[in-house]
Amino acid sequence: MSAALVTVPLAIVGGALRVSAPFLFVSLGECVTEKSGRVNLGLEGTLVMGAMAGFGVAHATGSPWLGVLVAGGVGAVFGLLHAWLCSLPRVNDIAVGIALMVLGTGLAFFLGKPLIKPTAPQLPALELGGWSDVQAVRAALRINLLLLAGVALAFALRILFDRTKVGLIVRTVGESADAARALGYNVTRVRTLATAAGGFLAGVGGSFLSLYYPGSWNEGLSSGQGLMGVALVIFSRWDPVRCLYASLLFGGAGALGPALQAVGITTGYYLFGAAPYVLTLAIMLGTSSARRTLAGMPAELGTAR
Amino acid sequence: MGRSLEKAIIPVAALAVSLVLFGAFVAAAGANPLDVYYDMYRGGFGTWFSFQNTLQRAAPLMLTALCALIPAHLGLIVIGGEGALLLGALGAVLAGRALGSAPPILAATFMMVAGAAVGGVWVALSGAMRTLRGVNETISSLLLNYIAIALFNHLVEGPLRDPVSLNKPSTFPIADAATIGNIPGMDVHWGLVFGLLACGLSYFLVMHSVHGFAARMIGGNVRAAALSGIDVARLTIVLCFVAGASAGIAGAVEVGAVQHTANATLIAGYGYTGVLVAFLARQHPLAAIPVSLLLGGINASGGLLQRTEHLPDATVKVLQGILFVVILASETLYGRYDWKILGRAAERKSAAVVPHAEPLAPAAGAEPTQVKGVA
Repeated sequence: MSAALVTVPLAIVGGALRVSAPFLFVSLGECVTEKSGRVNLGLEGTLVMGAMAGFGVAHATGSPWLGVLVAGGVGAVFGLLHAWLCSLPRVNDIAVGIALMVLGTGLAFFLGKPLIKPTAPQLPALELGGWSDVQAVRAALRINLLLLAGVALAFALRILFDRTKVGLIVRTVGESADAARALGYNVTRVRTLATAAGGFLAGVGGSFLSLYYPGSWNEGLSSGQGLMGVALVIFSRWDPVRCLYASLLFGGAGALGPALQAVGITTGYYLFGAAPYVLTLAIMLGTSSARRTLAGMPAELGTAR
Repeated sequence: MGRSLEKAIIPVAALAVSLVLFGAFVAAAGANPLDVYYDMYRGGFGTWFSFQNTLQRAAPLMLTALCALIPAHLGLIVIGGEGALLLGALGAVLAGRALGSAPPILAATFMMVAGAAVGGVWVALSGAMRTLRGVNETISSLLLNYIAIALFNHLVEGPLRDPVSLNKPSTFPIADAATIGNIPGMDVHWGLVFGLLACGLSYFLVMHSVHGFAARMIGGNVRAAALSGIDVARLTIVLCFVAGASAGIAGAVEVGAVQHTANATLIAGYGYTGVLVAFLARQHPLAAIPVSLLLGGINASGGLLQRTEHLPDATVKVLQGILFVVILASETLYGRYDWKILGRAAERKSAAVVPHAEPLAPAAGAEPTQVKGVA
């Protein structure tokens, strides 16, 4: 039992570091998009497309990093499609998101059919646990470079939004389209770029799924990380660095089931698998209010939540 | 002027555009688009046999479509039909087992009531969180879908599992008395009748009742509705319950008429396809009937496309995605042209183009997306 007391938390930490990267990239992407005043609910489809495209390219070229790049590019294309559809009058961004979720997963499953069997070269990892003799510690501290890039990006985005002109323009568009227009900025163009950038990041997050952990392509690869990203941004109060903390927390919650399974506790496996969703829902319930808008929420997002 | 003409032309044109785009896609994938179209027709509508298959698949879609359609009139985008269907199926299995000795009609009725109650509560949760706590209903209903799938898998593979079901974990079967049979003279179960009835009743509820009117007021402007004395919270929760109950009945029917147990076959995306049906029908309960038939037929033809054209099973999903995107994009065309004048004198085309109002404020999830056009 005492062994389990060490193994389980260690497996959760390791799991959190492995599982959190897709959460991180999707939530950062959604954060960028929402800062400009638009919600992209279709990132789930973008994530799955990115996972498929990244895997396919890595398989064909032998370069996992090229796969990551193409995954981001495909994500950006989906972001552009979302942005274009939403720029049409009378078209609702939430509904477009649902539609692109259906289209993205459908296309990825269609085009990814031949990729289910093959293998692709995986992204490299840093062995930060090399000092330890314990196998579990080393496994837990095997950190993927892409995750480190995501951590750096979270801090960089905070600086971008707080300290730079570009960040200020995006935030202005997100707070008041009229004010931004009065200042001479093209609201549609800013939102289009922000949504494309958000799609790029979500695509990169997807490539992490197929190129590192779990590290293969199949139709059950994503379990809603793309959607949870949207909820994570609310939880993080539209702050990129808090997106990082939230992603680690949710990665840990997602690692709960496999960690318990590793020590032989298999009853309730599915229920532990639902932990991230229950956690998201509980946090949204606890932090939302029917009467006031949330602190930190871009005003152009309206009363949507 | 010409508004009803517009309501007919735009969806049909959008459907045609979707089919052309889909044809281009399958052509790029190496298939002959004309063969694909023909197979879709043959597999979904071509023969009495395939049409009965389509009817059978359309029945749950009518019911899950209502799960998205009814809240849409409140200005809510609810996609919780999948979870409500699954938990409704579980509720129906429990009821259908408990009532082995009851008279058949009573047992089947009780089973459907149980499915409706469980599904209703599940979606009412989203409505309650929205109206009482301001939680976005789209995200909460999606999260509830994942939670429902986890609960479903846990119960089907755990406490409720029939030890006999080895390869395909299933619950204990329902009692014979609780099974739902076929409509006399057809190879289609009674679920089709329930679906048609539900769409008809929803039509009166949403379009011709005080509650429906109040719902559309809430969808238009929550504050104005509250000021005019409408109990916003209660109506929101009740209508979300009705919506979820409809999806729950879909689950109960699948159990009672098709599966006779609950198993992973039920996780077939009926709930998500129902959302697509609701949007394609532009949230009109009666339009949901032909749209369900159309999508039921498309789904039914999936197997034939796999066999004859060697296209993957996701082909149907691609078409659904294209349809969804094109239909939403076509929203922008409503009210833009005066169809009557367009039809009468094409040469006066320039005069027919009515300048469109400024776009709606972006990102307002609470906007009554489709409701205005239908009213």
